[in-house]
Amino acid sequence: MKKPLKIVVLAKQVPDTRNVGKDAMKADGTVNRAALPAIFNPEDLNALEQALILKDTRPGSTVLLLTMGPHRAADIIRDAMYRGADGGVLLTDRKFAGADTLATSYALSRALLKIGPDIIIAGRQAIDGDTAQVGPQVAEKLGIPQVTYAEEILSLEDDNTGIVVKRRLDHGVEVVSGPLPIVITINGSAAPCRPQHAKRVMKYKHARIPTELQEMDTDYTRMYQEKDYLKIGEWSVADVEADDAQLGLAGSPTKVKAIENVVFQAKEAKRLTSADADIDQLMAELIASHTLG
Amino acid sequence: MNNLMVYCELENGRPVDVSLELLTKGRELADTLGCQLEAVVIGHNLTGIEKELAEYGADTVWIADGPELDPYRTLPHSAILCGLFGQEKPQIALMGATVVGRDLGPRVSSALHSGLTADCTSLVIGEHTDNKTGKQYKDLLYQIRPAFGGNIIATIINPDCRPQMATVREGVMKKEKAASPGAGEVRNIDYKQYLNDTDLAVKIIERHMEERKINVKGAPVIVSGGYGVGSKENFKLLFELAEILGAEVGASRAAVDAGFADHARQIGQTGVTVRPKLYIACGISGQIQHTAGMDQSSMIISINTDPEAPINKIADYAITGDVGDVLPKMIKYYRQNSK
Repeated sequence: MKKPLKIVVLAKQVPDTRNVGKDAMKADGTVNRAALPAIFNPEDLNALEQALILKDTRPGSTVLLLTMGPHRAADIIRDAMYRGADGGVLLTDRKFAGADTLATSYALSRALLKIGPDIIIAGRQAIDGDTAQVGPQVAEKLGIPQVTYAEEILSLEDDNTGIVVKRRLDHGVEVVSGPLPIVITINGSAAPCRPQHAKRVMKYKHARIPTELQEMDTDYTRMYQEKDYLKIGEWSVADVEADDAQLGLAGSPTKVKAIENVVFQAKEAKRLTSADADIDQLMAELIASHTLG
Repeated sequence: MNNLMVYCELENGRPVDVSLELLTKGRELADTLGCQLEAVVIGHNLTGIEKELAEYGADTVWIADGPELDPYRTLPHSAILCGLFGQEKPQIALMGATVVGRDLGPRVSSALHSGLTADCTSLVIGEHTDNKTGKQYKDLLYQIRPAFGGNIIATIINPDCRPQMATVREGVMKKEKAASPGAGEVRNIDYKQYLNDTDLAVKIIERHMEERKINVKGAPVIVSGGYGVGSKENFKLLFELAEILGAEVGASRAAVDAGFADHARQIGQTGVTVRPKLYIACGISGQIQHTAGMDQSSMIISINTDPEAPINKIADYAITGDVGDVLPKMIKYYRQNSK
């Protein structure tokens, strides 16, 4: 008999740093962050898919999305629900602000202790920081093993005692087994996430965190109160009984000393067209200078 | 005590390049600080490993040698590092930003609450004055890295927590034998005291190494494609040009994410850093996370339909045109005119 699982997916809403187009650059050559859309961190979507695959094989299992951020980060919880997650929790509190990866991991670990999942799955890293630190740090804070750079969950014992995972290494692959509970971080090379499901969008589009509810009318509020599946968790520092000293800026051992915006340096490029004459002359130059050949 | 430690990662019993690069950098930093450079090696059958590490400047080589320590597993290696760091109190600890280093580093930094900066591109010793308290710090490690997709360069410090930990990607720092080798004095770590049974709970069932066949890093000429190439099919043109030029094919992250090219070909902040004598950028817009990995190329040719593409600002030649139009012309000319 396969036991149902409680799975938590750790995810982050990030600015889409991959698409810094011309309109996102200011006149001085630096990035205009406000012009970047906020998206579901790509590898967290790969993580969500692995969780949903597990849920498919284990009827009765639940997948919850846990994220930390401002109120608008509830968007990615709704997105996850449209794709198959059962619900989610937004950790939000001004005291979390300014956290480095360690303070973030501490806050997430407090929320995870309250939820008590069997498996925690996260994307390998977020595209705004590219650190890949939060997964392992959460595992350490919870005192449980970690499997990073995972590409696929190969098998799970029926009684949920052990899991087998394939990892992608620098020069090869590795298959490991480990006991539950465990933290698994998923590589971008893993299976892509399933799309939003139209019926789920209809069902969950009114899901809200309590703060968002304040903007809604009374009819809506009545519906919300009747339907538990519309309730997205919103937890503060007090809700997860976290120690203020380990949160936010104060709880972060790393400090940002300086930030320098990268400015594209002007250097005159020789302009060519795709006409035969231009290409032929360029190639002739490259061969003559022994750059080619 | 209070020295600089480098965790030296092994592959097939030999230290990997990034570890030697970090020893090279570590030697320079240790000289600036007036402290010792210490290598840490955890694995099995390590007799003699200190010789090569000494050539790269290691004064001391800490060794934990046991069958359960090879190949690398997170928990035993992190338990040993935490134990050693607790005993020796290094002021700085460096490791490679490899799969191993990026798995191990955060685990250790969390356990020690020490703070870790990932994927640094530069490490410098400097001072700091806290704006609020006015407290002055000397000899801090400036951990300099691109952030926010490479659009900013951040200098990170750990004023109060030790060790100051940082990871660095392979190929970012120079690898150079020390002018005068270190003593390479071996100190064996009595590691069993640091391990619990639960540290061995994760087991490696199967492991096969695949030597990296694609060698973008070592190629003198790179034909690289971005999202603008349009499809995996169109990438074949890049392979065709690379083939006749004796070049390697590279790709931007956007092209890799789109499935046009293999991940091993990725150039840029999250891929490899390259310095070829010629870099041909096809349909690459030139976002900073890509250019950070190739802007040291001796010569850059950009092919882009957009004359305003940012890549053109660092290019030596900017061809305004379609990749599918330009590459066949290059291939044709080279076939007819090279020896």
